[in-house]
Amino acid sequence: MTPTVVLPVVIGGLYAAGVYLLMDRSLTRVLLGFLLLGNATNLLLLSSGGPAGLAPILGVSEPEEMSDPLPQAFALTAVVITFGITAFLLAVIYRSWRLVRQEVVGVDEEDRRVAAREAMDADDLDPDDLDPDDRPAAHADSLPVAASDDVDLPATTRSRS
Amino acid sequence: MISVLTPLPVLLPLLGAAGALLVGRHPRTQRTLSTLVLSAVLAVSVALLVLADESGAHAVSVGGWPVPLGVVLVVDRLSALMLVVASTVALAVLVFAVGQGSADGDEETPLSIFHPTFLVLIAGVSNAFLAGDLFNLYVGFEILLTASYVLLTLGGSAPRIRAGITYIVVSLLSSLLFLAAIALVYAATGTVNMAQLAVRLAELPEGTQLLLQSMLLVAFCIKAAVFPLSAWLPDSYPTAPAPVTAVFAGLLTKVGVYAVIRTQTLLFPGGALDDVLMWAALATMVIGILGAVAQTDIRRILSFTLVSHIGYMVFGIALGTSAGLAGAVFYVAHHIAIQTTLFLVAGLVERQGGSTSVDRLGGLARSSPLLALLFFVPAMNLAGIPPLSGFIGKLGLLEAGVADGSWPAMVLVGGAVVTSLLTLVAIARVWTRAFWRPAVQAPGADTAAAAAADAGPETTPEPVAVTAGTPAPAPGGSTATRRRPRTVARARAWARHTAVATDTGPSQDGFGDRHLDPRPGPDRPLPGVMLGAASAMVALTVALTVVAGPLYGYTDRAAGDLLDRTPYLESVFGGETVR
Repeated sequence: MTPTVVLPVVIGGLYAAGVYLLMDRSLTRVLLGFLLLGNATNLLLLSSGGPAGLAPILGVSEPEEMSDPLPQAFALTAVVITFGITAFLLAVIYRSWRLVRQEVVGVDEEDRRVAAREAMDADDLDPDDLDPDDRPAAHADSLPVAASDDVDLPATTRSRS
Repeated sequence: MISVLTPLPVLLPLLGAAGALLVGRHPRTQRTLSTLVLSAVLAVSVALLVLADESGAHAVSVGGWPVPLGVVLVVDRLSALMLVVASTVALAVLVFAVGQGSADGDEETPLSIFHPTFLVLIAGVSNAFLAGDLFNLYVGFEILLTASYVLLTLGGSAPRIRAGITYIVVSLLSSLLFLAAIALVYAATGTVNMAQLAVRLAELPEGTQLLLQSMLLVAFCIKAAVFPLSAWLPDSYPTAPAPVTAVFAGLLTKVGVYAVIRTQTLLFPGGALDDVLMWAALATMVIGILGAVAQTDIRRILSFTLVSHIGYMVFGIALGTSAGLAGAVFYVAHHIAIQTTLFLVAGLVERQGGSTSVDRLGGLARSSPLLALLFFVPAMNLAGIPPLSGFIGKLGLLEAGVADGSWPAMVLVGGAVVTSLLTLVAIARVWTRAFWRPAVQAPGADTAAAAAADAGPETTPEPVAVTAGTPAPAPGGSTATRRRPRTVARARAWARHTAVATDTGPSQDGFGDRHLDPRPGPDRPLPGVMLGAASAMVALTVALTVVAGPLYGYTDRAAGDLLDRTPYLESVFGGETVR
């Protein structure tokens, strides 16, 4: 029983490809990347039991020649978990496609809004110094004019023209 | 006795979830069942706490397998305390959710998934707290994470799906890292039993130890939202329904903190990475709270303070002294309760005011004085105003830091004080603007329109989505939105209103469910059950202050156990040391 070089190379390759795909903005590629990473981890689990041996069943093989059964049980559990989550992730990606006709990682609009905000809050200032549109609604001068609703957002990938 | 009780916090919610699925068509039975199950879990946890405090740590080998082979569940003072706090919070949130469900007329909707999923989540949390081996800890994490994916994307609206994808991918990554770390730990030591690891890991070469420790810590720090691994949290939590956000904020990150405590005390007691954790704690505190100060949405402010205050716990852990750990454990218990309470109250504020943006809220102190009180007490507690438990927790940590005396610890003490003050600033902004500013003078329809416009930028009309189920503006609406947001928003609010009124199922028009309430406004009283659950949580946080003395004594003993390690090891091995 000699250690094999194939397994580490395969694991490393899968990890590299998985990380690369995970960086992509397309959700399908992210899912594929996750699958590769999951498989790489399962192989790593399997190889953590040491070199391969015979099936760990009493009466079939001698205990000295058996491979370690525990990592196999780990890998089995991990495979089941990965499978279930992959199904869920697929459903979520499909839902995203149905809703917004795109399957990329979305933009956090709230972040954009905070970034585009004025440096100071409107009601920390003297309302009389402000543009009538920006005054608080309860301010005497601004009563006829409602508080402005629209927030100027920087162009995002989601704005369509 | 304790052997019988120990598996119950995991077993009961799982069986309860199965039962809740079976009676999914009878919402009333389902609610009663899940409430009863969680009450039973709470009772069991309290019993475990008393027993663990009397007789020390106790281990149960599940299925009767001999110790190093089988799965072990371990109750010690730390895990018992975590269980009690977690089940209390879970019960309160469940009651709140039940109140919200009956107020919104959930009986007619086919949504029976919330209760079973919530119970599975609690089973996962309990399993993580009780796990005596690394792989079981992983399974506990996976149970709670999978349940949390479902809860976070409940309803499947566009903002939730967007936030859910971020959350799911980040969580998956941390789980894979954890799993890889388990594989390497097993390859290096040949066991995943934590007590056995505590002995065997110490015999490994230093470099190997450092690698394993850092892999585990990174995996757990993603879950605990420690800076720089925290960016996912404020992005994903705020979109979920109020009860879901509340329980996530209270429990999920703290499971990560719990795992960090176990790693740093039981598995790698040398304190090798304490310095790194120290600086991470400082960055978490300061950067988190600066984020909170910049936000205008109450839920996002609370999410950022959540991240920031994780830093306090990590600070206590990184000190590595008994006083530091005791402070950290106390702070965890305090913070679970306080953060859940605040998110529940934020849910009530949203109901009352029709928005969570402090730019739109106003006059809440007049329209609902009780709500103002419910917000004020936990908010001051979070900021650490003297008699309350937040002050006691922070004081304990600061004292531990000063007692440590090294210059990084002193810097951290300064950072902690600044963070506390900035928390007060962030909270005070919500308080003065949402509660004390004169109410925005707008009739009911306008409030709804404002709320819709609030959601506007997130949901710039998507032609396909809009036509999916509602009589909403025509597909050309996007340019109109930019020109006359108010009119379009009003039309869409009306479309949404009719859609809700005629019960066409979950909104398919791309709106977040957080604006689904068709009739926000001060004229509608808050449902009593929701108010009751939130009040109970506020009372609990105040009670934490009253019992702070005995509680701090308890966390002191827990910290002593953690540093000593022998109670844990002896409970698993039964006196003899197994290598």
